[in-house]
Amino acid sequence: MNQGIAITGMGMISAIGNNVAENYASLIAGKSGISRITKIQTVHENEIMVGEVAATNEELEKRLSLPHNTHSRTPLLGIIAAKEALQQAGITDISSYRTGLISGTTVGGMDKAEQYFYDYFERDTHWAHINALHAGDSTQKIAEAIGLEKSFITTISTACSSAANAIMLGARMIKSGELDRVVGGGSDSLSKFTINGFKTLMILSDTYNSPFDENRKGLNLGEAAAFLVLESDTIVAQENRKVLAYVKGYGNANDAFHQTASSENGDGAVLAMEKAFKVAGLAPSAIDYVNAHGTATPNNDLSEGRALQRVFAEKVPDFSSTKAFTGHTLAVAAGVEAIYSILALQHNVVYPNLNFKTPMKEFNLVPQTELKKKEIKTVLSNSFGFGGNCSTLIFSKEA
Amino acid sequence: MKKSVYINSIGSVSVQKTYDGTTFLEDIIAYKDTTLKVVDPNYKDFIPPAAARRMAKGIKMSTVSSHTALKEAGLENVDAIIVGTGLGCLGDSEKFVSDIIDNNEQYLTPTRFIQSSHNTVAGQIALAMGCKGYNFTYVHANVSFESSLWDAKLQLENDEATNILVGGVDEMVNHHVETHRLIGHLKEVPTSNEEVLNATSKGCIIAEGSHFFVLSNEKQDTSYSKLVAVRTYNTLDISEVSTTITAFLSEMNIPLESIDLVVLGNNGDSEYDRYYLNLSAGLFKDISQIAYKHLSGEYDTATGFAFWVANKVFKTQSVPEVLRLNKLKTAKPQRILIYNQYRGKNHSLVVLEKC
Repeated sequence: MNQGIAITGMGMISAIGNNVAENYASLIAGKSGISRITKIQTVHENEIMVGEVAATNEELEKRLSLPHNTHSRTPLLGIIAAKEALQQAGITDISSYRTGLISGTTVGGMDKAEQYFYDYFERDTHWAHINALHAGDSTQKIAEAIGLEKSFITTISTACSSAANAIMLGARMIKSGELDRVVGGGSDSLSKFTINGFKTLMILSDTYNSPFDENRKGLNLGEAAAFLVLESDTIVAQENRKVLAYVKGYGNANDAFHQTASSENGDGAVLAMEKAFKVAGLAPSAIDYVNAHGTATPNNDLSEGRALQRVFAEKVPDFSSTKAFTGHTLAVAAGVEAIYSILALQHNVVYPNLNFKTPMKEFNLVPQTELKKKEIKTVLSNSFGFGGNCSTLIFSKEA
Repeated sequence: MKKSVYINSIGSVSVQKTYDGTTFLEDIIAYKDTTLKVVDPNYKDFIPPAAARRMAKGIKMSTVSSHTALKEAGLENVDAIIVGTGLGCLGDSEKFVSDIIDNNEQYLTPTRFIQSSHNTVAGQIALAMGCKGYNFTYVHANVSFESSLWDAKLQLENDEATNILVGGVDEMVNHHVETHRLIGHLKEVPTSNEEVLNATSKGCIIAEGSHFFVLSNEKQDTSYSKLVAVRTYNTLDISEVSTTITAFLSEMNIPLESIDLVVLGNNGDSEYDRYYLNLSAGLFKDISQIAYKHLSGEYDTATGFAFWVANKVFKTQSVPEVLRLNKLKTAKPQRILIYNQYRGKNHSLVVLEKC
């Protein structure tokens, strides 16, 4: 009943690396990917910091042997991550088992839509992007790139918890026997749309984000793609797969408090964590490391901190937010952090919460600020989004 | 032992007067156009006017259809809310983008951005009723609603929830329509309902709508139907559709002969209606067939309208003549299959049974 779902592959691209190995190297070296914005022209360029993927669209296209300007940045990033995940799992024939693709995204093809918004009416050069605005198009392009046809593919958009929910649905689909294999995660690129949106909400920091710090000034937006390969026990046995870790628990709940803010006591977050423990059949004491949502907005970190205290009582495990490395990658944040959680299990490390100096006055929670080596068997990862959406994933070494 | 999944209530806001649940397409609104807007219910009965002013159309429509469904099911709250939407509250997204461009990223306000978040409708419904349960939003073009159905079905079968509010919503907005007109996805000339079913030209009529349903693993005396199967395919060649449906039914242990009504998604696009016409003349030739997009128009979650129609058929044990595609009639429908695709992509199959 509480059996975990095997993770057999993972792939990613973010501001701190073009693949999983590069990301891990940056995490261990304490190397942040936050910088000034270079790839999008915005009047806010001197007021914001971002976590940009180093490669330009042209470089990504070249790497994927795709024609110029046929894909928006979201599927470009997504294809790179999905291919790496399949490669690691050793999957050459995607159709050999009932496979699904579940991707989370918030912007979809918005980067192109905002670029050609009026251009479409002046010339036909970029008309191919017209139908690429909808989120599902990015997922279909990823499906095409990995050769997935005649299959279940879908897209989840629950703001900043999207990829957690994609992984959750994948685990549930396999558990229920609906599918044998799921490629699940997400992809989101930076866009003027999100930059300006978060700007109007006044939650963008003008400097390096500092999760859980008393003087935190808000978040840095980021972009990334991250996918896991989840496979049934049958495939694992038949194909003699190396299992990287297990999706042991998952939970989604709604804060039902405000469209864009979290409740002060983190009700939704508490419910999500409690559900995940129930699915995992674990007590909170089993958690060795919490990869927090920790966006470094005043509201999130207070709400999440309170939720952690409620769930873990006085024994909050080692925790850190890796947003200071990558920025807040929106829909895919939970995908990025799922992989970081799995790497933490594999290498027995707790990542440092960069830029933390002063504990928050509301409580005495202090994140792990230096790289810490210790035995890690179980990791809990939180992700929260607009619309009160709260998700928790629990990853474990043992099924 | 998996539990059965029942459709306990329905709610609709569409291009037809479906918001009035007491009738079943008796008074059809005829048109000759390329785009269609919903028949507005009296929103004031459901939403305070001050709140309604800034509210996205998708939220407004869904407030009414979800409220209708909840009321009919006799529920104040549910265990989960799952919404499918191809494009979310796109009107606000478009306005936010044009404001960014027109004002060079200055003088922007957050409301439009907030409502642009795809999960705004699901979030707003949860907020309004204080529902702290599972809250998902699927945004995969024309299988957004089916993804939601599948998710709900899994949870109810496994008894992870008792009552789930499931919906599909899409609003029609200007920039989206005009850009898709450029690439030939819309009819070039105003087209009437009747012409949609005998189309000789490309493109379709774009519309909007919102449909919500309470799905439950507890049967009520008033339950509409039982959801027995959902399946989607991202791609299918036209030559593979019949064999795929046959294989799906066989896997589900549903004999083709046991299906006494099929609901097809003909939208008047001569290029892609071939998918349906092949089935009408082939696999489904001995089965009573109905269509609905000549009444609802086309949009990503138009299958919400189909789902509404199928449930109405079960409840009323009647099929309005205006829906009929062929002459075969079924006396008392026991099993209905809904098949849909859009522009040859994202095929979906949904099977409902009388309960």
